[in-house]
Amino acid sequence: MPAKIVFHAKIESVSILDEQGNFDAKLGKDVIPDTDVVRLYEHMTICRQFDEVAFKLQRSGRMGTYPENRGQEAVSLGAVYALHPDDWLVPCYRENCGLFWRGLPMEYILLHWMGDERGNEIPRDLYMTPQAIPIGTQMLHAVGLAWAGKYRKKDSIACAFFGDGATSEGDCHEALNFAANLDLPVVFVCQNNGWAISVPTKMQCSAPTLAQRGLAYGMECVQCDGNDIFAMAKVVGEAAERARRDHRPTFIEALTYRLGDHTTADDARRYRDEAELKKWLKRDPLIRIRTYLQQRKLFDDSREKALQARAREEVAAAVKRAEEIAAPTSSDMFDWLYAEMPGELATQRATLRTSGLGQDPSQLQEQSPAPSRNP
Amino acid sequence: MANLTLVQAINLALIQEMEKDDSVIILGQDVGVNGGVFRVTEGLFKRFGPERVVDTPLAESGIIGTSIGLAMAGLRPVPEIQFEGFLAPAYDQLCTHAARMRTRTRSMFTVPITCRVPVGGGIHAPELHSDSPEAIYAHQPGLKVVMPASPYDAKGLLISAIRDPDPVIFFEPKRLYRAFREEVPEDEYTVEIGKARIVVEGNDVTLISWGAPVVQCMNAIDSSHHSIELIDLRSICPLDTETIVESVRKTGRAVIVHEAPRNCGLGAEIASRIMEHCFLYLEAPIQRVTGFDTVMPYYKLEQEYLPEAHRISAALEEVIAYGTATGLGSAG
Repeated sequence: MPAKIVFHAKIESVSILDEQGNFDAKLGKDVIPDTDVVRLYEHMTICRQFDEVAFKLQRSGRMGTYPENRGQEAVSLGAVYALHPDDWLVPCYRENCGLFWRGLPMEYILLHWMGDERGNEIPRDLYMTPQAIPIGTQMLHAVGLAWAGKYRKKDSIACAFFGDGATSEGDCHEALNFAANLDLPVVFVCQNNGWAISVPTKMQCSAPTLAQRGLAYGMECVQCDGNDIFAMAKVVGEAAERARRDHRPTFIEALTYRLGDHTTADDARRYRDEAELKKWLKRDPLIRIRTYLQQRKLFDDSREKALQARAREEVAAAVKRAEEIAAPTSSDMFDWLYAEMPGELATQRATLRTSGLGQDPSQLQEQSPAPSRNP
Repeated sequence: MANLTLVQAINLALIQEMEKDDSVIILGQDVGVNGGVFRVTEGLFKRFGPERVVDTPLAESGIIGTSIGLAMAGLRPVPEIQFEGFLAPAYDQLCTHAARMRTRTRSMFTVPITCRVPVGGGIHAPELHSDSPEAIYAHQPGLKVVMPASPYDAKGLLISAIRDPDPVIFFEPKRLYRAFREEVPEDEYTVEIGKARIVVEGNDVTLISWGAPVVQCMNAIDSSHHSIELIDLRSICPLDTETIVESVRKTGRAVIVHEAPRNCGLGAEIASRIMEHCFLYLEAPIQRVTGFDTVMPYYKLEQEYLPEAHRISAALEEVIAYGTATGLGSAG
């Protein structure tokens, strides 16, 4: 008997506003109203300023290692724009733009990279988890957060962000499988920026798209132009609706590019072709959205000038707030470990400066042995 | 009061906490219709339904990682990992996230999960079904680690663990699951995490253990004519230093018994604390009776590996003889 084909698949790639400024009016209809496009452009501009300032803070020794977000702003911004304010955001570390749009004060991200946990003390009503450092691990938390919402019969969903490298991690696959099998409302947004530090995406996956990884788990999956805020808002909006309505997850591969180094500790010139970078510089999401506004006379040079000034001012104020925060105290590392501090830890906290031994002082001072129990 | 096995006591604690608090949910491999491979969750699926007793895909990191998300959203998940040998895939989620979430967010997010894990050898189980990894998790700041050795403690400790605002690894000694029965109150009670139990009072030597070897210690005491004090730690992290110190200051001698390998085992930490607090009270070197620094053998040799009563008896005799038989004796 001849073999039957039991499964067919196709992967769509969505683009609405391309790098030449061509806009697909049909696909892009009602995705983002013009007034919002202006606001989103302004927000992206401020985030770009933030990124540049953060980079300089590291270079001038005022901040530790920092991962530049430059070039990837549209991915998280388009996604967060399309979500509800109480949908969980579960980020990695190149989602600043989306997190700021939700309302995270900029100094939180600075504090995090300045080595201060208060940068993760994120107000609960922002519905976002702290930036996850171990790659791909946060995807499972998104699944749990979405699950809790479903269990409590809430309308909220969860959106996980992760990179192309994360799709090689076991937790990524466990997260996709749990979400699909347990019918959970999760939107998985993969920022395929071409590089996991020095390793290109093709080394992570031999399939032609990362999007098709979702197929294996029986979930909807789609690719889109991640530097196109319209495409991002559209695919995430549809995925969010599917999640809310059917409790079904979606895997979105957003094609973007890391215009900077992996972090300030990296030098991409060691492994990356200059020509590739030049090609992607032309696809910068900011240029594209500015072209869109210019064509429709929604923005002009004088507004741009004012915007640049506002960006400098807002970012400088955030830097000031981050740098002026009182230094943490040494007891902080003890105080936040458990709800109730165990006795041994309290001893360590009490003696951290006074006793290198951390031992029982009464023993050290005793002059003569205690009476023997077995004379 | 009911006369219950350790399995039944845990099952009762789960039922009572789930009835009391609808934020408590159970998830894991086989915990649903099957009631768990050891039947610890027997009857819960029927009683509480598929939304609260959830069979998940088989993936330990996934089980703990999603539990973390559930907990961050305010639920109190009780994930089960089927055997301690399969806890390793979840190590990353436990140690890089569950343990650190409170600190790194200054308590804005907490992870009140109770991770139930059958532990230890002695039941002739296959490879990786008999290990004792408790020290690995006790070493991670931010986690709590407990291991009851009796049905009464199992119920009270589990209720404490579920209500605890921080992540607790609840190790269940599988050798004791059905080893004996004990009177367990039907009424609600808790056993405080971080408090040891003096099982038997004595004056000659302090015997310190936890989990299944506690029963071996009892057997050793039964066959000894000395006055031995037995401490069941119950909580491995935090450790009840006070109870240990008080006892060793009284007896002047200590023997620590655990199933896990000796090297970097909890015995080393306990011995060190005894040295710090009881140095001038000690009459003999502290002895450890432990598993060997080998891979846990397949079950034909497990009796040789485990710290059984005869090994404990020998250590007790040596420690008691030290300095008394000859006046200058040695612990050997």
